[in-house]
Amino acid sequence: MPQILLPAMSPTMEEGTLAKWLVAVGDTVKPGDVIAEIETDKATMELEADDGGTVTALLVAAGSEGVKVGTPIIIIAGEDEAAAPEPVKKPSPGPSLEEGRGDSLPAPLPGREGSGEGASAASPATAPEAPTGPTRRQTVREALRDAMAEEMRTDAAVFVMGEEVAEYQGAYKVTQGLLEEFGGKRVIDTPITEYGFAGLGTGAAMGGLKPIVEFMTFNFAMQAIDHIINSAAKTLYMSGGQMRCPIVFRGPNGAASRVAAQHSQNYGPWYASVPGLIVIAPYSADDAKGLLKAAIRSPDPVVFLENELLYGQSFDVPEGDHVVPIGKARIVRAGSDVTLVSYSIGVGVALQAAETLAGMGINAEVIDLRTLRPMDTATVLASLKKTNRMVVVEEGWPACGIASEIMAVVMEKGFDDLDAPVLRVTNVDVPLPYAANLEKAALVKAEDVVTAARAVCYR
Amino acid sequence: MARSPARNSARKAASAPPLPNWPRPDEPERFVASRDQLLEMYRQMVLIRRFEERAGQLYGMGQIGGFCHLYIGQEAVVVGLQAELIKGDSIITGYRDHGHMLACGISSKAVMAELTGRAAGISGGKGGSMHMFSVEHGFFGGHGIVAAQVPLGAGLGFAHKYKNDGHIAVTYFGDGAANQGQVYESFNMAELWKLPVIFVIENNQYAMGTSVNRASSEDQLYRRGESFRVPGLQVDGMDVLAVRGAAKLAVEWVRGGNGPLLLEMKTYRYRGHSMSDPAKYRSRDEVQAMREKSDPIEGLKKLIFDEGHADEAALKAIDRDVRDEVAEAADFALEAPEPALSELHTDVLLGTY
Repeated sequence: MPQILLPAMSPTMEEGTLAKWLVAVGDTVKPGDVIAEIETDKATMELEADDGGTVTALLVAAGSEGVKVGTPIIIIAGEDEAAAPEPVKKPSPGPSLEEGRGDSLPAPLPGREGSGEGASAASPATAPEAPTGPTRRQTVREALRDAMAEEMRTDAAVFVMGEEVAEYQGAYKVTQGLLEEFGGKRVIDTPITEYGFAGLGTGAAMGGLKPIVEFMTFNFAMQAIDHIINSAAKTLYMSGGQMRCPIVFRGPNGAASRVAAQHSQNYGPWYASVPGLIVIAPYSADDAKGLLKAAIRSPDPVVFLENELLYGQSFDVPEGDHVVPIGKARIVRAGSDVTLVSYSIGVGVALQAAETLAGMGINAEVIDLRTLRPMDTATVLASLKKTNRMVVVEEGWPACGIASEIMAVVMEKGFDDLDAPVLRVTNVDVPLPYAANLEKAALVKAEDVVTAARAVCYR
Repeated sequence: MARSPARNSARKAASAPPLPNWPRPDEPERFVASRDQLLEMYRQMVLIRRFEERAGQLYGMGQIGGFCHLYIGQEAVVVGLQAELIKGDSIITGYRDHGHMLACGISSKAVMAELTGRAAGISGGKGGSMHMFSVEHGFFGGHGIVAAQVPLGAGLGFAHKYKNDGHIAVTYFGDGAANQGQVYESFNMAELWKLPVIFVIENNQYAMGTSVNRASSEDQLYRRGESFRVPGLQVDGMDVLAVRGAAKLAVEWVRGGNGPLLLEMKTYRYRGHSMSDPAKYRSRDEVQAMREKSDPIEGLKKLIFDEGHADEAALKAIDRDVRDEVAEAADFALEAPEPALSELHTDVLLGTY
């Protein structure tokens, strides 16, 4: 009896929501008929029947969330097969995506200044950050969406543009629901024209607006990097302080999953080398939200590097107007024996390594840089003073990276605190391969971090 | 590769297409100017000419460094266009920008002092010849990357439309920039979203040393917007009244919500691409012929005399005032102090993080 298993419908999909059945038990289906709508981590997709037959059982109820890829969801019996209907499981309630277009026009431009200004990185972080108020569990994706929506509600000059941000609801669903709430004037689908719309957005920022320019991934922003650097980052300086350019360039950065070399690259080190830019690369949902809000309020151009593999991960996000200051690192895990410094997805790798190290009696402190430029080296150096040992973890190439920069800073300013040379654990120095085993071998891994941490602890 | 005249004319005949059926403005008419308007346009063109000549001299004396691109010969383009704009409109151009700044009413002292790299320069000495801005005058640069100003200008138009403030953006670029891909990305979005933008190609015939014919498969650049339904007009950019007539029409069209318009201004630069141009790519005769037959200042002067708007003495008085202004600007630019060393670290970011 042929079961249909929930297929993976995107490179990163591990589970999905069975949004709707379009067939019922007893129906006859032909090959190619749409039988269900599945919400993946990226989009709502239609599932087609490969073979014809009679539906004998729906194994997963409509509305079920978190259905793992590979789960049997329906039985379609061939014409010669006897069919005994099976009961449908009780549905779990889940919100469905209401598609629609809002017509609401923004309020008059209030001319508000960025309230993210003035947050100073005077003192280093010395203790882990923990929310004090109420929180709620959210994915990074939802947190980013909420950050944009909240800022758009309070500042009519903020708008989002990019490929598939509106009608499609975001290639990675980060802009889901924004078109409905804010309308086509403020949530703008662009043609596939990165160089053009990055320049157009930059010009709009010079003209007094606050654009959020989404790149479907930062790999495509290489076509637009001239405007990010030459037009957005340098104009304030070149104009002797006259020309403002408050713009956020955001989108996923770094390796995704099995998309190979041209779609898997970490641009953190590229942008972080450019004066005039703010560069942010958060790990958790709470930081993603708080830093994106700060980025939108910033009067300066911001490159906001997200990570596709983190979009679906959930964290506790403080309720209310949660703004995280730009330029402050975060101690994610306190420890005393060795400092693991990382950012973005590397923080997860470092945390995983820290767990393993704890089992070996090594108490690792994990620092999330969060902002790559300006970099909170004070927090890094304060931690080094405590642990005297350091490993930098970076999902990116080894040469000329953020890890290299941290090591240089430690040489210049923390040499006397070192009990061992700083080590870096990074991706392998090759374009990212496609084959699963090669890809795995190329990417930064927790076990390598464990090895490096033990080496600097001489254990 | 030189193109034979026969091939040129055959090509023209074969490629003159019927006008497409989407809306387009009428053919522009030459502007009919009052005496005051004529004298003001004359003054501005002479100011740009004398200013640029002086800048060239200062460059030769080592007082201006780096790249310096002079606007001599092209004065009619910016003077005719700017005359039809109103306060609040935005303009943006590339690195051949001194004339645009002067036509925007920016002080010649602040421009010259920027060329000499002084604190009193419009960018505090941090931008130089290619990177000058005046938000107050709606002048958004002064951009050093060829054609980068085209999407930026479309973005300025986008901001006007978003704010619904009734203003427009004018984006100037050269025939060389017209071959950059981002120009067409901009045309596409500008027409798609009906942005209030006038795209102005200042076709001075040479992209550095490469003539239009050697670089452009469609050398009638006003047609370059047709695939995007951006209507284009070709204008004699050596005739300030032709330019102003076209500008009037274009401004009405764009301000009227009809979307973008492309103006190809046929013009000519007398000087090299920059101060370090060996000028091996064109003959002296060609330049001389253009100066003698088509000079925009001489042309306007002749019209003023022929139509009896003013006599020689009146124009001489203007010439004298301009000379004084430029001399004063140059003295100021040479005497003004360089930026304080502490300025090295300012203006990188606005916020404190």
